[in-house]
Amino acid sequence: MYMFKYILKRIGLMLMTFSIIFVMCFVLIKLLPVNVDKVGFGEDPEKLKNLMEARGYNKPILEQLGLYIKRIVLDGDFGIGINMPEFQGADVWDTFTKMLPPTILINIYSSLFAVPIGIALGIFAALKKNKWQDHTISTLVMVFISVPSFVYASLVLYILCFELNLFPKTMNPGYDYFSIDMFKSMIPAVLSMSFGSIAGYARGTRAELTEVLTSEFMLLARTKGLTKSQATTRHALRNAMVPIFPSIIGEFISVLSGSLVIEKIFAIPGVGGLYLAAINSKDYDFFMMLSAFYLLVGLAATLVIDLSYGIIDPRIRMGAK
Amino acid sequence: MRAQDYQISKEKFVFHNVDERLHDKKLETKPVSYLQDAFRRFARNKASIVATFIIGFLILFAIFGPMLTPYQVKDKDPNYAYCLPRNEFFYKHGIHFWDGGQEKELTKQTYDQYRAIELEIKGRKVIMTKPKVVTDTYMGKERQLYKFRLDTYNVVGIKYALLKYDEYVALQKYQDEHNVQIIYPMTDPAKRPQAEQDINNANIWYETRLGNGRKTEIVFDENGNFKNIYWTDTESPDDDKYTSKMLWEGDTKLYRYAEEKGGNMWNVRVDYYEYYKYIHDKAGDGITKPSFLLGANNYGMDIFSGLASGARFSFILAIIVASVNLVVGAIYGAIEGYYGGKVDLIMERIVDILGSIPSMIVITLLKYHLNASHIVILFISFFATGWVGMAARTRMQFYRFKNQEYVLVARTLGARDRRIMFKHIFPNAIGTLITGSVLVIPGVIFSETSLSYLGIINLSTGNMTSVGTLLATGQNYLFTFPHMILFPSIFISLLMLSFNLFGNGLRDAFNPSLRGNEE
Repeated sequence: MYMFKYILKRIGLMLMTFSIIFVMCFVLIKLLPVNVDKVGFGEDPEKLKNLMEARGYNKPILEQLGLYIKRIVLDGDFGIGINMPEFQGADVWDTFTKMLPPTILINIYSSLFAVPIGIALGIFAALKKNKWQDHTISTLVMVFISVPSFVYASLVLYILCFELNLFPKTMNPGYDYFSIDMFKSMIPAVLSMSFGSIAGYARGTRAELTEVLTSEFMLLARTKGLTKSQATTRHALRNAMVPIFPSIIGEFISVLSGSLVIEKIFAIPGVGGLYLAAINSKDYDFFMMLSAFYLLVGLAATLVIDLSYGIIDPRIRMGAK
Repeated sequence: MRAQDYQISKEKFVFHNVDERLHDKKLETKPVSYLQDAFRRFARNKASIVATFIIGFLILFAIFGPMLTPYQVKDKDPNYAYCLPRNEFFYKHGIHFWDGGQEKELTKQTYDQYRAIELEIKGRKVIMTKPKVVTDTYMGKERQLYKFRLDTYNVVGIKYALLKYDEYVALQKYQDEHNVQIIYPMTDPAKRPQAEQDINNANIWYETRLGNGRKTEIVFDENGNFKNIYWTDTESPDDDKYTSKMLWEGDTKLYRYAEEKGGNMWNVRVDYYEYYKYIHDKAGDGITKPSFLLGANNYGMDIFSGLASGARFSFILAIIVASVNLVVGAIYGAIEGYYGGKVDLIMERIVDILGSIPSMIVITLLKYHLNASHIVILFISFFATGWVGMAARTRMQFYRFKNQEYVLVARTLGARDRRIMFKHIFPNAIGTLITGSVLVIPGVIFSETSLSYLGIINLSTGNMTSVGTLLATGQNYLFTFPHMILFPSIFISLLMLSFNLFGNGLRDAFNPSLRGNEE
């Protein structure tokens, strides 16, 4: 019961934070004038002006906010694109949902790739603590954690895609996400994203597992007759996973937001590129929708990580006095 | 029992040791202060020591790097764009590595064009190695390719320069004084190449014809030599403006050296390498010849000087951000943690909200609302959300220590809040705060790099550039000129790696629970 109340409280606080930032963003972005004369090729500026008039873009900002929220709640209408040439007049929600799959897929593939390898490496390093295997893995982990993802991306592009010509340099266009060709074209991006997370998981697992392996219940397990591998799998691993599991869950939530840099380098037609375009052309509705999306993903990931600590391990009750 | 039973007569009391002086036992070991202890633990960590040296090296590079090269960020010469890295030592000794050369496999036509450049600008090599002929199949046909190493600097060769009359005279004077040939004879306008791509190519001094697909084809004489198309004068020039005292040795023909373009402007063919030396000699900026240690980028900017000044800027920005964040965060966190209760609740909400705003949104809104330079925007946005982490660390330490007995003692003795906060509790937070602010530095540099990389901010103006900008431009030429992205990538990777190791070392050093725990 306590946990339930705690979760409710945390969700409430999260929503409060979300609404405050959302309103702030809305007001600040609406204070900027929109350049109506800059329209796409063959478009009529008058038509755009009429469209903006019809959507109430000339009303006071707070009234616009009311209208905006009303439209979202009643019609599920997140607005239309105004000044990005290729998305002019496009429905924001439809465009967004159309561009979400590549982003999510790339991130899911990279998590599926990184989590098992990372954890396996971490376990191996912990079991071989202070032997050469451990030193090698720990050094590599340090290197891979530090080097920024765009450096990997360049390396992957140059070596795998250019010198060896194994994969295409950019992701294939089109909506056929599950064909072999498409998967092959996603591999470079997936690889570039994975290196860092593999290292992260390996480091976390190693740190936790070494700590657990030295604790006293492990000695007890051995004294009561378990072999080393039995003790490790049944007692040590289970306890070591307690802090690692929440971070995996957190990662799975933040896969939604993806990586702007990776999306840019590999020309992935995902939400990251859309967000950058919206920022550069000051498109109100796209900017608001995507900002809200990134904000919500970030907040939810933090929340889930915090909560799952408490749920998985009853010893940790965040916020308990 | 009654009390008087215990009465002891006064005489029985004697002083214990009247003659001796009593004092505390002197400590035999030296006391170790917190910082000394931390330093000792830090020094035992080999990886952190190495990292410290790398950081020191990078900082020295940022401070002295711009002084080591005569080039500045504003020196951009498009003629020398994409030049490969050249180490003068390797170049002088003819070692074909890091010498500004590029391995090429080209058709005979292109090879001959390079050979012609070398023939005209006597004394400097364009083709660095003896060409090897290889055969390969291209579109079903066998063809011969020339494999050789191309000098990416000398390949610039001859360029047209549009000069005023007095500039032309000054250039001639310089030629005579320094005994070099800069101005080369103009080519006959009637015989110049007709293909669009070659009309302004000053390097074609030989006869050509328009071949298939409107491409320029070289016309050779019967011996397979180039036939020059220099613009000869039939009569002896009476006017000074057509002559240069620098004539070709053993050649008695009179050549035209300048073509009038109207408006007192003259078109001349100059050997760009010598002309470059002449310009910089006149400007007196210490540049003696084109030679870029780490190559040149697409604007012909020296990557070494760009990287050094970018590093300098990144470090300055990061250190300012880290120290401002430290001060503000520490004070905010101290107030939060010490007073607790309602004060804490309200201040925590503010921190929560500030900490949750994605930095992209902050930057975007600042960029559009403040009409300031991108440096200021970058600084404000790093500050706006950066101190939150510092405040959280300080707050945690305050919560941990504020209820300890020694604080109670201080309060009982009448110490004021401010004294307790900063004299008694705050020193406990110093370790984690130092670690935190050190790790802010790579964080700031990384964010700056990513933001420039994404094109959200652009710090490249005039005499300034940033590592992120270098990386972003390099990305566009990854397959053709990988050197442009290689060196900035090495810099940023080394920086992140060494700061992470250094930060880890500091964290362990400031963690007293690890005392005596080392293997």
